[in-house]
Amino acid sequence: MNETYTSLAAFAQTWGLLYFVLMFALVVAYVAWPNNRKQFEDAAQIPFRED
Amino acid sequence: MANSKAKLITLEEGGFALFLVLLAFACLIVAGKTYDQVMAFHTSFGALCAAAGAFVIFKNYFADGGEPIPQEIDGKPNYNMGPVKFGSVAAMFWGIAGFTVGLIIALQLAWPALNFDLPWTNFGRLRPLHTSAVIFAFGGNVLLATSMYVVQRTSRARMPGQILPWFVILGYNAFIVIAGTGYLLGATQGKEYAEPEWYADLWLTIVWVAYLMLFLGTLWKRKEPHIYVANWFYLAFIVTIAMLHLVNNATIPVSVFGTKSYIAWAGVQDAMVQWWYGHNAVGFFLTAGFLAIMYYFVPKRAERPVYSYRLSIVHFWALIFIYIWAGPHHLHYTALPQWASTLGATFSIILWMPSWGGMINGLMTLSGAWDKLRTDPVLRMMVVSVAFYGMSTFEGPLMSLRSVNSLSHYTDWTIGHVHSGALGWVGYISFGALYCLIPWLWNKKSLYSLKLVNWHFWLSTMGIVLYICAMWVSGIMQGLMWRAYDKMGFLEYSFIETVDAMFPFYVIRALGGALFVLGALIMAYNLWMTVRHGEAEVAERQSGGALAPAE
Repeated sequence: MNETYTSLAAFAQTWGLLYFVLMFALVVAYVAWPNNRKQFEDAAQIPFRED
Repeated sequence: MANSKAKLITLEEGGFALFLVLLAFACLIVAGKTYDQVMAFHTSFGALCAAAGAFVIFKNYFADGGEPIPQEIDGKPNYNMGPVKFGSVAAMFWGIAGFTVGLIIALQLAWPALNFDLPWTNFGRLRPLHTSAVIFAFGGNVLLATSMYVVQRTSRARMPGQILPWFVILGYNAFIVIAGTGYLLGATQGKEYAEPEWYADLWLTIVWVAYLMLFLGTLWKRKEPHIYVANWFYLAFIVTIAMLHLVNNATIPVSVFGTKSYIAWAGVQDAMVQWWYGHNAVGFFLTAGFLAIMYYFVPKRAERPVYSYRLSIVHFWALIFIYIWAGPHHLHYTALPQWASTLGATFSIILWMPSWGGMINGLMTLSGAWDKLRTDPVLRMMVVSVAFYGMSTFEGPLMSLRSVNSLSHYTDWTIGHVHSGALGWVGYISFGALYCLIPWLWNKKSLYSLKLVNWHFWLSTMGIVLYICAMWVSGIMQGLMWRAYDKMGFLEYSFIETVDAMFPFYVIRALGGALFVLGALIMAYNLWMTVRHGEAEVAERQSGGALAPAE
């Protein structure tokens, strides 16, 4: 039981942490990518179209 | 064209009709064979609803002359707003019902004689009726109505299907009736926010899958290449609620002919699953869904695009990745291993960031338009709602810490916290959305009276402030009294002394609730008058194509 906990905790504290940081970095890179700028500015206008 | 009676029944009509007829017969059989009176009542109700549904499908099949509904009229999408209208009206109805029941149980806590010594009206049965009525009936209908509206408008496409949207909204409300009457009659799983018994859960599963199909189907048909951020939040809400509902209601009924069931999970695992569900019902029902409302209705009302679309994406992914882990903070100092509850508290603290990301994004959408707060009470309501969101998502992580929780847990502080989120955030953003939506849906220029919106705003704001301040004081006092020792090491107060000390705060709380109910009644009157007597929007839609040849 204790061993299961230790190994799971070790996994979470290393790979789990890496996974979260990586996902976050990917999202930030995606939104900050200069080429995507226009797309997001355009998307923000969607509610105002067709009125 | 006149006698196109030979129209084949569509797969949708046929499928739904067959399903409803079979369901009606199944309900009838159970109603006939059951030993359980609640089951007999619910299956009779189910049989009636299913039969009525099948009847309406056939009636429309013979009445509509075989003309398919156009997807576009004059090059503009022919939006399906009937179910949205139904959902908004239902939300207002259930809202008032739920707030009133809340007021009744608040009064019962101050004056227990108001139980009337009847089984159906005691606190234990009315309390889940209140929570479910405000969360699932009021909030749920607001979410259903606004999501159907927003996904159609931002996709510029009509919802798929003729029966499917009605099945979703009517089926959901049938679930509400079954759940609510079940509590009053004593059928409950005893799991907070998941009280409905197994058959109601099964029915909700069917309706929810149909809802997911409807939402995805509208996105599938979209003319707009990008999926607007509000739809992401709605989708997260729909998908996650489906998952939570299935796992937390994995029950086995004692018999098909009875209401009672037992959960597959045992002991502390069940507690963990329950609070994984419970906290994410807050996270994905009361947060993600209503953030979707914020991301559409605040920009619309302020007539400015959302402050930062990029922030909305980061905050969306951060929120849904983190929220799902926070549940164990409900189980500090229990049989749950300490590391698990620490994990829950840690993720709750991390949640500060994405929550405040959302709050900042909502508030800053008004930058450069703050003057509108002075003139537009609807916008003011939504902005105050976002401020309450910021406040309660600050308070929540604080309370999830073990040291704070040891004082706050099981006291009225929790009730105060929940209501600052529920009345302030969820209530106000819903009111704001309905105040916007009703004139749009009924094609009215504006609301009947902004003055009445002002009255609603100030009355209910006073109500909320009275409510949460009373609960803070009473909760902290209660917690301190429970842990007070005299110098001999004995507990200083008996339990009943703490109850006695809380009486004045219970009265103040009930007063706050009464003001909130009063505000909602004013709102209902205002909306009713808007629909009946509001000035019609200049007709641009009805008049056939001659208006804009340049397009």
